[in-house]
Amino acid sequence: MSAVALTKQVATGSAELVILDSVSFDIEEGETVAVVGASGSGKTTLLGLLAGLDLPTSGAVHLAGRDLGSLDEDGRAALRGSAVGFVFQSFQLLPALTALENVMLPLELSGSNEARATATRLLERVGLGARLEHYPRQLSGGEQQRVAIARAFGGPPRVLFADEPTGNLDSATGREIADLMFDLNRERSTTLVLVTHDEKLSQRCGRRLRLAGGKLIADERG
Amino acid sequence: MTSRLNLLGTLRLALRLLGRDMRAGELRLMAVSLLVAVASFTTVAFFADRVKLALSQEASQLLGADLVVVSDRPLDDTFHTQARDLRLTTVETTRFPSMVVAGEASLLTEIKAIAQGYPLKGKLRIAGADGAPREVKTVPAAGETWLDQRVMARLSVGVGETIKVGSRELRVTAQIVDDPDSNIGFLNVMPRLMLNAADLPSTGLITVGSRVTYRLMLAGDRNGLAAFREFARAKVGPGQRVEDVRDARPEIRSALERAEKFLGLASLLSVILAAVAVALAARRYIERHLDNCAMLRCLGASRALTVGVHAMQLAVLGLAAGIAGCAVGFGAQWGLSQLLAPVVQVALPAPSLTPALQGIAAGFVLLLGFALPPLLALGRVPTLRVLRRDLDPPGGIAWVGYAAGLGAIVALIVWHTRDLELAGTVLGGLLGAAAISGLIAWLLVRAAASVGRGAGFAWRFGLANLSRRALASVVQVVALGAGLLALILLSITRGDLLDNWKRSLPPDAPNRFLVNIQPDQVEEIARFFAEEGREAPKLFPMVRGRLTAINGRAVNSGSYTEDRARRLVDREFNLSWAATPQADNQIVAGRFWDAGKRNAPEFSVEQGIAETLRIKLGDTLTYDVAGSELQGPVTSLRKVEWDSFRVNFFVLSPPGTLDDYPASWVTSFHLPQADSAMLDRLVKRFPNLLVVDVAAILAQIQTMMDQVIRAVEFVFLFSVGAGLLVLFAAIQSTHDERVREAAILRTLGGSTRQLAYAQAAEFLVVGALAGLLAAIGATAVGWVLAKQILHVPYAINPVVWVVGLLAGGAGVLIAGLVGTRRVLHVTPMETLRRA
Repeated sequence: MSAVALTKQVATGSAELVILDSVSFDIEEGETVAVVGASGSGKTTLLGLLAGLDLPTSGAVHLAGRDLGSLDEDGRAALRGSAVGFVFQSFQLLPALTALENVMLPLELSGSNEARATATRLLERVGLGARLEHYPRQLSGGEQQRVAIARAFGGPPRVLFADEPTGNLDSATGREIADLMFDLNRERSTTLVLVTHDEKLSQRCGRRLRLAGGKLIADERG
Repeated sequence: MTSRLNLLGTLRLALRLLGRDMRAGELRLMAVSLLVAVASFTTVAFFADRVKLALSQEASQLLGADLVVVSDRPLDDTFHTQARDLRLTTVETTRFPSMVVAGEASLLTEIKAIAQGYPLKGKLRIAGADGAPREVKTVPAAGETWLDQRVMARLSVGVGETIKVGSRELRVTAQIVDDPDSNIGFLNVMPRLMLNAADLPSTGLITVGSRVTYRLMLAGDRNGLAAFREFARAKVGPGQRVEDVRDARPEIRSALERAEKFLGLASLLSVILAAVAVALAARRYIERHLDNCAMLRCLGASRALTVGVHAMQLAVLGLAAGIAGCAVGFGAQWGLSQLLAPVVQVALPAPSLTPALQGIAAGFVLLLGFALPPLLALGRVPTLRVLRRDLDPPGGIAWVGYAAGLGAIVALIVWHTRDLELAGTVLGGLLGAAAISGLIAWLLVRAAASVGRGAGFAWRFGLANLSRRALASVVQVVALGAGLLALILLSITRGDLLDNWKRSLPPDAPNRFLVNIQPDQVEEIARFFAEEGREAPKLFPMVRGRLTAINGRAVNSGSYTEDRARRLVDREFNLSWAATPQADNQIVAGRFWDAGKRNAPEFSVEQGIAETLRIKLGDTLTYDVAGSELQGPVTSLRKVEWDSFRVNFFVLSPPGTLDDYPASWVTSFHLPQADSAMLDRLVKRFPNLLVVDVAAILAQIQTMMDQVIRAVEFVFLFSVGAGLLVLFAAIQSTHDERVREAAILRTLGGSTRQLAYAQAAEFLVVGALAGLLAAIGATAVGWVLAKQILHVPYAINPVVWVVGLLAGGAGVLIAGLVGTRRVLHVTPMETLRRA
């Protein structure tokens, strides 16, 4: 995956606000990368662009061998469906669906015939085998994030994007969730791109991209 | 923030939040729904109000005035002074029976003295020597007279000849073609002569003891008329009464009542539609404000303040939307009346202020009913919701909300229609349909998921969505069903009902009555009709009798306070006999005697007269018939369609009962205008017969009916628009949830097509289901309306079912996709931003 001179501007009344300013880097397959920086540094915007959730004002993103700029929304959606997994700070489960149905969702979207079996296995893997038919409201925050992680690995993805995955959780639960995510990442050789301002969490990644004021100011490894 | 804000502080905070909410578009649906609700409510109310007024004015033309005071002695001056003070226009007539002589022939005629200005309403038409009818604004000049066709035929006089009225000779200058003030109760009509009031003293006919009727006719604005009516009702003594068109003619009364029912139905449905729209908008408003409330609580606001701020927001919103809605409603009804002006023919009177106040109040009642209970729930939002968005207020409140909302609808309907029976029928139909459809929808929704399981993603996801949100789906199906039900009722059922109503008075409805047929003429009349090549009309026997006692207690005009009752008991009834009730009579209480029953005194009484005279089933009635007493129990009450123009009787008894009393026979038939020569032959052969021409009244009523139907159609058209908006609101109410879902689906790789198909599948099924339920409901409500309220026949219309399914499915599909088109274009970035 690579980002080439990524720039994102938004119009705010009369002025143009630059959120990302010509950011470039490459990420190898299987790498674990943390995007860190203060609030408003452009972390989430960068994640959105890398995952093809949004388009840059200029510059390009290559993901899984494809130039995202050359794809329309449906093309990017198809790519996400086949190669990308997501974990969000606020979990983003559909409240009307059970845990199992939430995990089945991306599998169903990609036309899998094994959706139910795969989703059941994944939920068992994240320790929720007994709570398949529970609705999000019946689960704790940590459990909801486990469901979200199971959903993210359904693809299975080549790249997993995580936006503050432990941000809404207490530190003990946050640690458990992080462990689970890194374990699954290793098991399945997934590339992990993690947005966080939790230094401890970022230290568990092999590499840290540091943003400030929309610019990439440091690329730390190790 | 402090919880100790005073009222003004709370109001200021509420206004600030309201402004922010408006800017953010949070309240748009609520505001628009309220505006539409109030606008449709007031348009219909304004318009119905004006049309009602116009219709009574139209009807006034049949009375020749808006109001008449009838007296058996000259009215004292206070009546005139009062009329003048109230700026009412007046004119007086004097009527009495007298012999009119022409050469050797003489005829008992009703003499009517009129003064300049007569008639106040309607048209007086005469024909001069050339025979061409023309409308006149004048009265006969002094020394002249106008005669109706019967006087001319019987006395064999024509225009230009002279007749003698009392001691005065008058020259005939015209034939009366149309007199709006024709006699009331056409079975008593006599041939008529008109002369100038100035000539009356010179006839020498009015002396002490003369049977004279003085009529003071009045016209003017409705406030003045209402005030005068009140004054006159209190003032009249024995032998005097106040009449308006409703008292005067049962057939007009009946037509007007039906017209009011139709218009009432139209506004009733718009009230229900409006309620549904507001309910849906309120639900969305509350859902969207759960976060706000948690945040306010979190920032230190008390429960009371949280509720107070939102309550004030709603109150301000309600008032603003109410005023705006009234303005729109007023504009719309103005446009509507402009559009209708050429059709309605009479000038629509200015609308009153009442509908505007009603509209604003209606908006508030709806807000209170639908928004207040969930609003109270807002105060109970757990503060923790700031952290856990999925935390809802404690349950149970929803049911309180539905009950309060329902209460609000019931209150509005009853208040608006002031017709408990009509309101009950429609509301019962809707509630019944809601309960049944709720049950059916629940079962179908559950079944849908398993049906969809084997299908592609779109069907599977769409149908699964239905059953996953089972309760919400059922509510949506029922709400849409109610909207569609109203639309179907408004479009198809309305047409059926109106057609049936029109058919109840076909073009060949009887327009001539033959009265005073003697028993020995019954067969001869049949022969006459046969010779003329016509089907002989059915002849009805008639015996005149006076009601003297109910349950042995003597009754007279002093026993009643109501004018109509006093009048009815003062005069002789026409009693008749029949083995079976007529086809257009409906037995509403008791049982009609067996067809074979003979010579047993018992009575079947018309419902309206029974109510007026306080006669109940089982009461014993005593009649004085030609000096002897006839007594029997009331064994049934009948509802009679007076506007059918067929011969009908207030009181019937079994055949044989009245054989010992002197009877005459009566009939009605349709005579095409071109065949009037037949009447001359009839009158020549049976000189004793009275022929009563009701063609003019009939034509007037048919015109009125046409106008009512057009007005109702226009009013319904407006309600259809409101119904469509409800549909849209129902779809909008799940919009946020769909946007959220779509963003997540997009993030997870869903394509536009998958999203669109899933939505389409869901909308299609919801729509078809709602349409099916609406068709069931419309058929049921239409049947009840036809049978119980409007008393017209009703046949199940298969189109309702086809249209219900198709319009439901297609309508909801299109409206749904249009209403949620943003869902398909939602950027997945929203998923990240909503964190």
